[in-house]
Amino acid sequence: MSKMHVKFTLNGEEVEGLAEPRTLLIHFLRENLRITGPHIGCETSHCGACTVDMDGKSVKSCTVFVAQANGADVTTIEGLTNPDGTLSVIQEMFREHHGLQCGYCTPGMITRVHRLLQEHPSPTEEDVRFGIAGNLCRCTGYQNIVKAVLAAADQLNAQKEAAE
Amino acid sequence: MKDEVTSTEERRENLKGMGCARKRVEDVRFTQGKGNYVDDIKMDGMLFGDFVRSPYAHARVTSINKEAALAIPGVVAVLTAEDLAPLGLHWMPTLAGDKQMVLADGKVLFQGQEVAFVVANDRYAASDGVEAVEVDYEDLPVVTDPFKALEPDAPVLREDLEGQTEGAHGPRKHHNHIFTWEQGDEAATEQVMSTADVVAEEMVYYHRTHPNPLETCGCVASMDKVTGKLTLYGTFQAPHAIRTIVSLISSIPEHKIRVVSPDIGGGFGNKVGAYSGYVCSVVASIVTGKPVKWVEDKMDNLMSTAFARDYWMKGKIAATKEGKITGLHCHVIGDHGGFDACADPTKFPAGFFNICTGSYDIPTAYLSVDGVYTNKAPGGVAYRCSFRVTEAAYFIERMIEVLAIKLDMDSAELRRINFIKKEQFPYQSALGWEYDSGDYHTAWDKALEAVDYKALRAEQAQRIEDFKAGKTRKLMGVGLSFFTEIVGAGPVKNCDILGLGMFDSCEIRIHPTGSAIARLGTISQGQGHATAFAQIIASEIGIPADDITLEEGDTDTAPYGLGTYGSRSMPVAGAATAMASRKIKAKAQMIAAYLLEVHDDDVEFDVDRFAVKGNPERFKTMKEIAFAAYNQAIPGVEPGLEAVSYYDPPNMTYPFGAYICVMELDVDTGEHEIRKFYALDDCGTRVNPMIIEGQVHGGATEGYAIAMGQEIAYDEMGNHKTATLMDFFVPTAMETPTYQTDFTVTPSPHHPIGAKGVGESPNVGSVPAFSNAVHDAFRAFGLVQSHMPHDHWRVWRIADELGLHG
Repeated sequence: MSKMHVKFTLNGEEVEGLAEPRTLLIHFLRENLRITGPHIGCETSHCGACTVDMDGKSVKSCTVFVAQANGADVTTIEGLTNPDGTLSVIQEMFREHHGLQCGYCTPGMITRVHRLLQEHPSPTEEDVRFGIAGNLCRCTGYQNIVKAVLAAADQLNAQKEAAE
Repeated sequence: MKDEVTSTEERRENLKGMGCARKRVEDVRFTQGKGNYVDDIKMDGMLFGDFVRSPYAHARVTSINKEAALAIPGVVAVLTAEDLAPLGLHWMPTLAGDKQMVLADGKVLFQGQEVAFVVANDRYAASDGVEAVEVDYEDLPVVTDPFKALEPDAPVLREDLEGQTEGAHGPRKHHNHIFTWEQGDEAATEQVMSTADVVAEEMVYYHRTHPNPLETCGCVASMDKVTGKLTLYGTFQAPHAIRTIVSLISSIPEHKIRVVSPDIGGGFGNKVGAYSGYVCSVVASIVTGKPVKWVEDKMDNLMSTAFARDYWMKGKIAATKEGKITGLHCHVIGDHGGFDACADPTKFPAGFFNICTGSYDIPTAYLSVDGVYTNKAPGGVAYRCSFRVTEAAYFIERMIEVLAIKLDMDSAELRRINFIKKEQFPYQSALGWEYDSGDYHTAWDKALEAVDYKALRAEQAQRIEDFKAGKTRKLMGVGLSFFTEIVGAGPVKNCDILGLGMFDSCEIRIHPTGSAIARLGTISQGQGHATAFAQIIASEIGIPADDITLEEGDTDTAPYGLGTYGSRSMPVAGAATAMASRKIKAKAQMIAAYLLEVHDDDVEFDVDRFAVKGNPERFKTMKEIAFAAYNQAIPGVEPGLEAVSYYDPPNMTYPFGAYICVMELDVDTGEHEIRKFYALDDCGTRVNPMIIEGQVHGGATEGYAIAMGQEIAYDEMGNHKTATLMDFFVPTAMETPTYQTDFTVTPSPHHPIGAKGVGESPNVGSVPAFSNAVHDAFRAFGLVQSHMPHDHWRVWRIADELGLHG
């Protein structure tokens, strides 16, 4: 099958490559670019393990063709760590509140939360539960994820206030 | 080094040892997407394998044509049973003493069965190849009901076994019969039943479901033709056992095989067994000389890779009219699918189902289990459960409720008067187990008080009045569950898998500068082993947990162990960790005594050091001792500071717990709302309370899914109806309840640190709590038994059948 040229911004850097038109974004990220943070859980867009941020929206990269990402601004879990290599507030709160166990859903979950907290900077518990309902976790029962997200929101808001 | 002026308490805290809610070391990688799961592995020239699967549940395979597939660009090879037969690998042994087709050998026995293995340059080409393989089938009569499978004229499923009247576990009574397993005293139990004041009888079905870890099963097989060494990376819950099995079935010498379990994205029993994908990948790597990756997709996983449960449990429970239980009778029909691929210890074809007397002092009991073949996927694995303990706990906790209805008693009280008493431990059960320890009454009282049980019952009585008066359409259920698990398999004298004793192991090496590496025979799948096991070593030896690296899963470096499932890591490998630590400590004591110029017996351990008895100012820290072990010639003491322990547990451990669920049910829609879920666990000594709580949340959520909607369902043609996450219920954050956790501590008397294991308790204990809540809501209207899962439609149907829709 002939290949097409794709080019997009990934975690702040330009990337490009050749891919069959049918190539899914998740496979291009994982296999061509070796960005292995986003995982494959179901390939039917139910589980959210492959969640990435594309042009300011959470998308499930198992149901996006890489062709659709052409020219887009894509962020994965790899782009969410602080520039100095330390854990971001959200990452740190997941650790602090035991919001992960096997770690398989975690990159997608944190990437989703990164966007959720921009959509809802001060979410209620219900907002959080609704906001992450597209990301399945088999280990935690979500209780500690919810706790982590609420704690992260508090911290980010406090940081924002301090900066103002 | 003597500049420390910290207090004993500060020194202890510095260790982050047992009992501390230590933050997980794994999370630094996982939160950044830096885990290393099997699908993350990419090797030069790596090929990708994918299966052609049967669309039929029972059919003859009359021909397979590979030509069109081989013509597709990128397709390298297509393997069929014919290709594997010369190697003797078209069939493989199962862990249950049966054998299973690796690729369809003349026929298929379930929908989704592996028929051919396509190997290609990438996953897209492999998928194209799968589409292009032409297979002709001749369909055969299908049987998906295990009772029908045992009828005299039922179709013969396993033609390979025709005429074989003896199976791996004794006589076979029928061409679709696998085994009969009996425990207890049948005659005495019949006698009790025939003379009892009250006998309650019920069929309790624990439906078929699936562990469904988020990460499916997969592997990368890489045969190095130069060295003749096979490296097999995979999602293995038991890497050493896989190495031995691969060696036995492939004839590759065991030292030429390295099995590596990298990070695993959840296991829950799904990743214990050996699957066709592993065998085909190994063969494909040998044939092509290239690494071959096989990772199943979610549909493959749900259709073919190790279901769980599917037990039809017919119970009779006898009691005095005051409610003292006098006997229990249980007969199980176990639906094993097309092959018996359960992953139970060899001598236990129905796992530890004989824990089905539960937490109760039942003097007389009898159990028989018949395993049956049907045209469904093989498996029967322990889904977050120690070998059929979940089925057993569900059975007894339903039977208690059924008996309470018959006696017109409160079931909390019925439980209380039948609990094994604290002073009866160690307790010999009528079905053969020695319960090591327990304090059920204390736990039960604590639980009932925590939820204000009396007030709940008063509220429920009022609700029933209101419902009858037409003031509400919602009913309220209080679901009670008291469970005793049996985990930590197990003593080598009666527990083995394919002849491999179920001990486990830990090797610890202390480095000269006082930090350490430890390796275990287990493998974490999210349980936080690297965090928790280091805490045991920290407390035992006095080295900070942060200074200890913990490794698992590489058979070239880790000591032999039987892996992680059945809540066995803490009871068995945790014990090995403590014992290896104690060996090091004993040597450290000799070194300290030498350095302090006193007799060995004149020093004593103090948190992170050995001090001279009666003179705590004279001491050597573990750091100093470690350095001395490497730089001083000490008479009579070998250099170095390391130890290994292979721990054969003297008994199982018996964690227990009390779970209570308060549920609202809408009679007209069948919808439910979990108002409260209280979970008290007693897992003995608590190594990391944070991890324990996380395990309870997760296990209870799996239990919630199973009880309230999750199932693997087939139609009568054997079509799999629940093969995607659209149909197979996995709760999101929206449905999932919030849990209130609690605990008591009754240490195991035979475990070196008193720990019992907790990972599976919440799945075992929560399912009856959820299910009993549904039953309890309708008890006043005459409901005795209704099978799970209690999804909205089924709950609506209960209400309808009870005439509650007017």
